[in-house]
Amino acid sequence: MDFNDTPEEAAFRAEARKFLEANLAPKSGARAQAESSESDFMKRCKAYQKKKAEAGFAGITWQKEHGGRAMAPIFNVIFGQEEAKFEGLSGPFAIGLGMCIPTMIAFASEDQKKRYVGPALKGDEIWCQLFSEPSAGSDVAGLKTRAVKDGDDWVINGQKVWTSGAHYSDYGILLVRTNPDVEKHKGLTMFFLDMKSPGVEVRPIHQMSGGSNFNEVYFTDVRIPDAQRLGEVGQGWQVALVTLMNERLAVGGSPGPDYSEAMELARRTPAPSGKGTLLQDQAFRAQLADWFVSAEGYKLGRFRTITALSKGQTPGPESSIGKILNANRLQDITNAAIEAEDHFGIISDDAIAPMDAVFQQSYMWAPGLRIAGGTDEILKNIIAERVLGLPQDVRVDKGVAYKDLPTGR
Amino acid sequence: MNFDFSDDQKSLKDQARKVLTDKSSTKAVRAVLGRKTGTTSYDTALWKAVAELGWLGIAIPEEYGGVGLGRLELCVLAEELGRAVAPIPFASTVYFATEALLLAGSDAQKQKWLPKIASGEAIGCFALSEGPGAPKPEAMTTTFDGAALTGAKIPVTDGDIAHFAIVLAKEGGGASLAIAELGGVTRSEVKTLDPTRGHAKIEFAKTKAERLGKAGEGWELAEQVLDRAAVLLAFEQVGGAQACLDMAVDYAKNRYAFSRQIGSFQAIKHKLADMYVATEVARSNAYYGAWALSTEAPELPLAAAAARVAACDAYHLAAKENIQTHGGMGFTWEVDCHLFYRRAKLLAVQAGSPGVWKEKLVRRLELKNAA
Ligand SMILES: Cc1cc2nc3c(=O)[nH]c(=O)nc-3n(C[C@H](O)[C@H](O)[C@H](O)COP(=O)(O)OP(=O)(O)OC[C@H]3O[C@@H](n4cnc5c(N)ncnc54)[C@H](O)[C@@H]3O)c2cc1C
Repeated sequence: MDFNDTPEEAAFRAEARKFLEANLAPKSGARAQAESSESDFMKRCKAYQKKKAEAGFAGITWQKEHGGRAMAPIFNVIFGQEEAKFEGLSGPFAIGLGMCIPTMIAFASEDQKKRYVGPALKGDEIWCQLFSEPSAGSDVAGLKTRAVKDGDDWVINGQKVWTSGAHYSDYGILLVRTNPDVEKHKGLTMFFLDMKSPGVEVRPIHQMSGGSNFNEVYFTDVRIPDAQRLGEVGQGWQVALVTLMNERLAVGGSPGPDYSEAMELARRTPAPSGKGTLLQDQAFRAQLADWFVSAEGYKLGRFRTITALSKGQTPGPESSIGKILNANRLQDITNAAIEAEDHFGIISDDAIAPMDAVFQQSYMWAPGLRIAGGTDEILKNIIAERVLGLPQDVRVDKGVAYKDLPTGR
Repeated sequence: MNFDFSDDQKSLKDQARKVLTDKSSTKAVRAVLGRKTGTTSYDTALWKAVAELGWLGIAIPEEYGGVGLGRLELCVLAEELGRAVAPIPFASTVYFATEALLLAGSDAQKQKWLPKIASGEAIGCFALSEGPGAPKPEAMTTTFDGAALTGAKIPVTDGDIAHFAIVLAKEGGGASLAIAELGGVTRSEVKTLDPTRGHAKIEFAKTKAERLGKAGEGWELAEQVLDRAAVLLAFEQVGGAQACLDMAVDYAKNRYAFSRQIGSFQAIKHKLADMYVATEVARSNAYYGAWALSTEAPELPLAAAAARVAACDAYHLAAKENIQTHGGMGFTWEVDCHLFYRRAKLLAVQAGSPGVWKEKLVRRLELKNAA
């Protein structure tokens, strides 16, 4: 065991830091971000992504033929550690580069890879993931959107929902039902499509926190050439598993204020007992300790995963632990911080609330994090069944054709 | 033993539910939620209706224009108002301002304000907080010189619309409660996590005010007002938690995943059972608080702290797990889950945070054991 950078790693870290200092502003509060309009923000994101790709920091682990540097996963981690110290401008590309493009690399034709991978890496084209539907979220294999073959095309009708970034995406990967007469997992097929195709309509969903980062996407007689199929007809579920495995690796990092921010707040806030600061308060100190071990447990667990990866092993479902820990810790910390601020904690105005209202804002986002990319409950089922090998829950959908499944409607 | 509300009280509760379902649908709540900052922050029609029904004066004696019923009646109303996330300044006016007046007001002060409260003409508020963290006597900067107030209070729930405020301020070496009319006082609305209630920063600048209660007793009086408000708020919280539980149970029966009702998964069953247990613990503690409040029992301080701690816990759990049970739908603006998530947080800090009350609870428990 050794946490020191090897000479090669140290050189890479220095190179990364130099690039980041030259191209990113230091981490700014929620306030500065809110002040810039959405389109300005996107322009800055795209400009940064382009420089990042040109400097070889986008797709660090990808093969050279795809514009990557073919480096070991640890270098990706090092870059992530350094990048996290600056203003975040990579969000809009996370789904595309973390999930969609890896799926394209695994299943698209050589010509298609040449056409799509580069522009995505440079941030010229943004991708979204069109899986979830109104009646198929956790049970995404139960989806309904239909694709019917017509000559060399497929004709798509149906609706997707919760599609993050669909409103600014150029392309998407789309999971649809091509055969309702077989078991649900066997009748799915994956495609990619141009989001500007005729018949695609994107409607923003207003989320509980006020913003609109995700969308409903309607498909009315949308035509997709068969050449844009990813994997075989009926093999869509196997393709989706590749995407979702990448999702588990992609959803990482600390999603908002963590123990260190809580500690900063505690240093300057009076304790509920009326004696001293919150940081001197025994109950709060005990909570801080719990948050610290959770955050460290996640971070160090990832190091173990990366070590395993660097020895050629594939990460298993145990990486599901991360999102459960991080999402719940975020909800706990933000709740505790708001309560620690007492009546003042209800103020969400970033010009008045402590620390630019970072706790209040994240409090409204935390519930979404517990649901996005697999709910707490689904991730715990995965741990129980696939890590611990416990018997599967009774499945009423096994051996039943999709069209005969009970849906409650 | 008889540890339950009477039939009359229960029928009042049924009546309240009917009225609120009719007049305070979540559409009405959303109208206040979605308003622009600086516009009227409460449902004026509902406020008028609750005044006409006598709810505002339910615990105010008849001699002061009230209905002259007791705190138990107020408790059942509070539960229903909490369930409905009612967008009116009921808590500020009734649980805080009215209780403060009943507790410490002179006859003249009661004559002046209570009839106007009962009729809905006067909205009150309670101004304690000045900055982040639990208020401390030595940190308070607002002063009262026996005739006028100077200093800023932030946030004041319903302070943007209130006609008068009960204010805790430094006077001499101690603290006093004072009552001030707010016409002409500088106020600015502040943005909060729960816009279904208005919040303000109030800046007193030699604002004329009258002392409420004795000079130097302000801190003790404020504690007593908070004890009373804690019990009444606990009923609102229990009502809100129960509404979340009902919503979640209903959704779990009707939503299918993997071709099963999601309520057939034990992960969901146990979640809802946990919400139920927490809500029942809160309900029992709130009932005991109601008894102590209505009989002015010496047990009130401990009972109030227990009611508050349990109610904050239950509402927080129920509000967040109701969202979780609804999956992606729960995270949308259109589904009502977030109305409760927002209100739960407001009610958890409005009378002092759970941390403060846990501390009070144990201190009071120690006192009781020492006695
Ligand atoms: C912020 C956000 C961003 C998102 N972005 C995208 C995106 O870009 N693309 C995309 O395709 N999707 C996206 N989603 C959708 C997300 O994947 C789904 O919301 C999620 O999988 C849950 O599905 P659901 O909403 O249908 O809830 P449901 O599946 O209906 O779940 C309801 C409840 O039942 C529970 N439940 C369901 N099945 C079981 C079971 N077997 N055992 C125990 N409990 C169970 C769930 O845990 C939950 O509590 C996003 C969601 C959010 C909140």
